[in-house]
Amino acid sequence: MTRIFDPIALLGRSTIAFITVLGELGLFTAAALAGLFRPPYYPRNIGRAFADIGFFSLPVVAMTAIFTGMVLALQTYTGFARFDAQSAIASVVVLSLTRELGPVLAGLMVAGRVGSAMAAEIGTMRVTDQIDALTTLATDPIRYLVTPRLLAGIIALPLLVLIADVLGVAGGTLVATLRFGFNATDYLRQTLQHLHSIDVVSGLIKSAVFGFVIALMGCFFGYRSRGGAQGVGAATTSAVVAASILILGLDYVLTQAFFTV
Amino acid sequence: MTQSSTKISIQGLSKSFGSKKVLDGLNLDIATGTSTVVIGGSGTGKSVLLKCILGLIEPDSGRILIDGEDVLTAAPERARALRDQIGMLFQNGALFDSESVWENVTFGLLARNRITRADARARAITVLAQVGLTEQVADLSPAELSGGMQKRVALARAIAADPAILFFDEPTTGLDPIMGAVIDGLIVDCVKRLGSTSIAITHDMASAARIGDNIAMLFNGKIIWQGPPTAVMSSGNEFVDQFTHGRREGPIQMALRR
Repeated sequence: MTRIFDPIALLGRSTIAFITVLGELGLFTAAALAGLFRPPYYPRNIGRAFADIGFFSLPVVAMTAIFTGMVLALQTYTGFARFDAQSAIASVVVLSLTRELGPVLAGLMVAGRVGSAMAAEIGTMRVTDQIDALTTLATDPIRYLVTPRLLAGIIALPLLVLIADVLGVAGGTLVATLRFGFNATDYLRQTLQHLHSIDVVSGLIKSAVFGFVIALMGCFFGYRSRGGAQGVGAATTSAVVAASILILGLDYVLTQAFFTV
Repeated sequence: MTQSSTKISIQGLSKSFGSKKVLDGLNLDIATGTSTVVIGGSGTGKSVLLKCILGLIEPDSGRILIDGEDVLTAAPERARALRDQIGMLFQNGALFDSESVWENVTFGLLARNRITRADARARAITVLAQVGLTEQVADLSPAELSGGMQKRVALARAIAADPAILFFDEPTTGLDPIMGAVIDGLIVDCVKRLGSTSIAITHDMASAARIGDNIAMLFNGKIIWQGPPTAVMSSGNEFVDQFTHGRREGPIQMALRR
């Protein structure tokens, strides 16, 4: 009983458990990535995962982008009015969206929608012996279940973010023209005037990384589910929490890498 | 039993999970073309035994010989080839929800490139007929089937590649007695028709008597008794007697309390 409250032992156990999970994650990632370079490939699974991540997430990402663009225009205008800098609204909206808010918000929405579903599906397969069944049927479960999802995540999220960028700018344009009386043509000209290719490209690269992270966390926590429905539920929560934190942390790291002067 | 007639030989197999020793130097020989039923209480390691043979769990020590070759020390490709002889019926079917019935049945054949996708559906319908299912179920999802039908589809998937070895994990669990007897009958028919060697694990004594040529009782990580089904109810072994007669008190409880 005293050992439970021994802080040093507790710290040691937690550290060992954390390092063990990191090791498992490293091996899991390596096995999944190896599947990208060696057949068999599973095009049907890639297609299904692509539809889940890309097509079926489009409505929620589109709504998020439009409202974010609208709020951003509203906030920027009212805030910048204090400095008589309302004319910067178009540039602020487009740079905020392409560099940060597009990839991060789309990533968080997809993590909640798709990362949790991946963890739940693979976790259920684990606790109902379907993953063991794959092995007995001459199929590597990681290549069959994980590699297609990683690939789909890396490709689908940048496409979603590209659409989100456009819709976010459209939302901002709507507010700027209808609410604050900007001329639509002038607004769009200003939008493009200060937009550089690195702004869009950095956002797309970020989103590819986020897509990879979302799929990896969903698959990893689902794959190591144990103990029935409760285990699957815990895996789902862990997948979303881990993906969300990693998205925010990696966003800082990638921003630092792209835009350090 | 001679070595040449032994299809599967398990020698000194041990496996622990943490401090819990599940298999403790287990020895078991399965003769070619025979059906062995491993009985034992819940948590005695019956499923762990099958999973060790299938390569789903790595044992701590021991040897698992299939056709005289140790799958634990064989090169990965060779071990895979040896294990490819095994068809497995999982306890709850373990059918893939995202695939149709016919895709489930021919999954292993397609994965091994033994059949083209164009021919797979026809092959699935043939195998489904062998387990008493009609073509109408072929395009359904597993979720649309009853428990008994799911078990039949799982059996069809296990036998689709005409395996030399068949494993059945609790084949009648969750089924009513009539459906349980039907599944047992199908298992016996399939094993005979394919000439396979089989291992079934169960704690259903009626099922064990129906499908087994040989019954082995697993307790405390070891096989403590082996014999024909006709002898199991009067084995003379007090552990087997308590288990087969379903007595609440006896040496098994006493051993577990220690």
